[in-house]
Amino acid sequence: MTQLLQTLVDGLTVGALYALIALGYTMVYGILKFINFAHSDIFALGVHMTIVIAGWLGVVATASTLPPWYVGPLVLVMAMLSCGLVGFIIERFAYRPLRNAPRINVLITAIGVSLFLQNIGQLKPLSDSLGIPFSPYPRAIPPLLESTVLNDSTIAEGTLFPRDDGSVVIDHDVTLEPNRRYRLDIMLPDGVERTVRITAPAGTIPAGASIPTTPPLSDAPASSALYELVRAPRVPISLVDVTVIGTALLLMLALQYLIYSTKLGMAMRAVSFSPRNASLMGINVDRVISLTFVIGSMLAAAAGFLYALKYQGQAKQTADSMWVMLGLKAFVAAVVGGIGNVRGAVLGGLLIGLIEFFGVAYVSSNYRDAYVFAILIIVLLFRPEGVLGRATVEKV
Amino acid sequence: VSKLLDHAGRLKPPIAYSAVQALWPLVAAIGVGLLMFYVVGPWLGGYRANIAVFIGINIILAVSLTLVNGFTGQFSMGHAGFMALGGYAAASVVYYGSMKFWGSAEFAGGGLSYSGLDQFAGPLLGKGDVLLVIACLVGGLSAAVAGYVVGLPSLRLRGDYLAIVTLGFGEIVRVLLQGTGDQIQPWKAASAEDIPWYKLLFMLGGPKGFNLLPTYATLFWVYLAVVLTLVVIYRLKMSSSGRAFLSIREDEVAAQAMGVDITRYKVRAFVLSSFFAGIAGALFGLYIGSINASELGFLRSFDIIIMVVLGGMGSISGATLAAIILTIVPEVLRDPPPVWPAGAFILLVMLVVQAWRRRWSVKSFIFVALTTAALEFGRQYCLSQGKNPADYRLILYALMLILMMILRPDGLFGVNEIWDYFKAFRRGSVARRARRIEPKGGLT
Repeated sequence: MTQLLQTLVDGLTVGALYALIALGYTMVYGILKFINFAHSDIFALGVHMTIVIAGWLGVVATASTLPPWYVGPLVLVMAMLSCGLVGFIIERFAYRPLRNAPRINVLITAIGVSLFLQNIGQLKPLSDSLGIPFSPYPRAIPPLLESTVLNDSTIAEGTLFPRDDGSVVIDHDVTLEPNRRYRLDIMLPDGVERTVRITAPAGTIPAGASIPTTPPLSDAPASSALYELVRAPRVPISLVDVTVIGTALLLMLALQYLIYSTKLGMAMRAVSFSPRNASLMGINVDRVISLTFVIGSMLAAAAGFLYALKYQGQAKQTADSMWVMLGLKAFVAAVVGGIGNVRGAVLGGLLIGLIEFFGVAYVSSNYRDAYVFAILIIVLLFRPEGVLGRATVEKV
Repeated sequence: VSKLLDHAGRLKPPIAYSAVQALWPLVAAIGVGLLMFYVVGPWLGGYRANIAVFIGINIILAVSLTLVNGFTGQFSMGHAGFMALGGYAAASVVYYGSMKFWGSAEFAGGGLSYSGLDQFAGPLLGKGDVLLVIACLVGGLSAAVAGYVVGLPSLRLRGDYLAIVTLGFGEIVRVLLQGTGDQIQPWKAASAEDIPWYKLLFMLGGPKGFNLLPTYATLFWVYLAVVLTLVVIYRLKMSSSGRAFLSIREDEVAAQAMGVDITRYKVRAFVLSSFFAGIAGALFGLYIGSINASELGFLRSFDIIIMVVLGGMGSISGATLAAIILTIVPEVLRDPPPVWPAGAFILLVMLVVQAWRRRWSVKSFIFVALTTAALEFGRQYCLSQGKNPADYRLILYALMLILMMILRPDGLFGVNEIWDYFKAFRRGSVARRARRIEPKGGLT
């Protein structure tokens, strides 16, 4: 049960990221009818722009203290803007000249753009002289958010007394349940905070009895201190997970509003329905397509930012097939949900995230990438239009 | 009716003619193989001969992918997956076959498959060579079976969807091969005899790769395969099947209306293409002596696609040329020669050609001149900064791919072969006026 819930939380978090990336794929596909292979590189760029911008704002991977709260949103907005600009440039110079070309050619161009971005990212001169830290070497993601667990439950608080043998005495009767983890958050008199784990066996401990802890509190001054006795949840839900899912949800709702309730959204839907008729109705098709790319790239950048939140502290390489693989999974999500369908992309992203994590948890972690593609092939064989997609009839 | 049958019977070529037609490619292949092995190889020397082998393998890969991506107009992005499958199948046949049949995985071939530097004392062909040929066929066939499996969804999918499914297939193959168990080490060859075949098929080295294979593939075997592949694919292009492939590429609906069985020909293209990719994988593994699925992911598939696109979507000679160029270029870039002589030569050729055809295109001159200047500048910059220009080749490839699609969407030669261009120069020939050399668009 615990594992199930844990997998569910992880799957949903990563699924929300997939969904954000999938939205970019699905919007471009809906309008231009081609797979934007460079989209996964925009996502990777988003992760790296997060690192770069956080570095400019003074947050580096080795920082011991967290930045003030407004740095995170600021980094998010700047990463989105820069990636939106890159998306605009790509559309303007690589895809627009091919507007009326056969689709295979556009597909190959997209592969070219993807390779181009990947290899530009590895250039050493950029990292040496311009200070843009894209290089073949891995870089650590700086911490931007506290790694607090939200559903901790405090079961007692009061004053405690450390003893010489490293155990503590507290002023409450407590009952420890079996198979749960407990910890003491301690505020020492000099203002220093400490956290120790309780190693006592399950059962009721009366006030005044000694409780063994690890690491032992023996180095603490032998005076009373304030404490909070905290029971760790079976399924920890961290602030990071909530932020990731919350931000993703917010962006998806914003996109939903944009597409279905604004004039620009109506123009996008019109262009997706028929570019020629849309232009006859006075819609500037080129501008709508440009904006679609910008919005898709911004969503990918947001996904990159959230990815950096989720995996903060880890070292990531600029050039790694991992990014392409993540992007491909997001594309699979878009196809599974029904490509060209915005709600389908969200559903597909969550589905793919859950399938991947349940496969890893319950079958084998060796075949992580295989599950996703197996699902893709099954969906394409039995319902090529995707879960929420509408089948199109080809007319001659 | 009998008169008609009689007439049809007379159209059939005599047996001797058929036999010659069937056998000359084999003779030519053996001839070219021997030439490469005895003359060209020693002349090139170790390092360059090594590159020549990779050129041969890349030619097989590029030409076989042309069959699907070029002729049939489907877009396969999992070619490296077929290559990996064939490579592993062949490697297991050779490795475990040697263990089963003669108790050790040592080299047991003849002089034609000996790649050591010293003189080989022994017959030209050994018992190991039989195993090599069987291994290549098994590798090709197992890849072909996989090609059939992948070809089936292509009945329902078009363009992008098919691309992503083939890519997914390639990745699944890679992941599955990396999930296999440890191989039996050569010094434990005796223990292999008690293990049944089907169990050995799951002991392929896993993430460490399948190593210490006996190396049978040499310039001889590789170029034998190259010539056979080229002849088979060329004849296929010129046959009724080839016309069916091209018709599917040009317009699927129209092809169907003309009675082409689209399903059958798409699957046929996939099966044949993956067969040759499997052979290339087999030769690749048995030349290097190890094969690792992690190197045969989608980046390798992209490499092959770039060759096909550069050569022309549907041109055998173009794909061959592109495979040669794209294998040599990274090697040349390690120590780059000046670019301007090549640029000047191309400009001169263009001048002559355009003067002959009396059709002038100033744009193309400016383009070549600018490209040459940019490359020369890049070279000078790299030299002055003490950097290795080979590091930038992938950026060049990517830019080339994008520019190619914008400026010349059908690649260097389009569906035409190189010699089609020479035909057009025959003075007063019908070909010159009737044949528009410009490749037609219309890929979907």
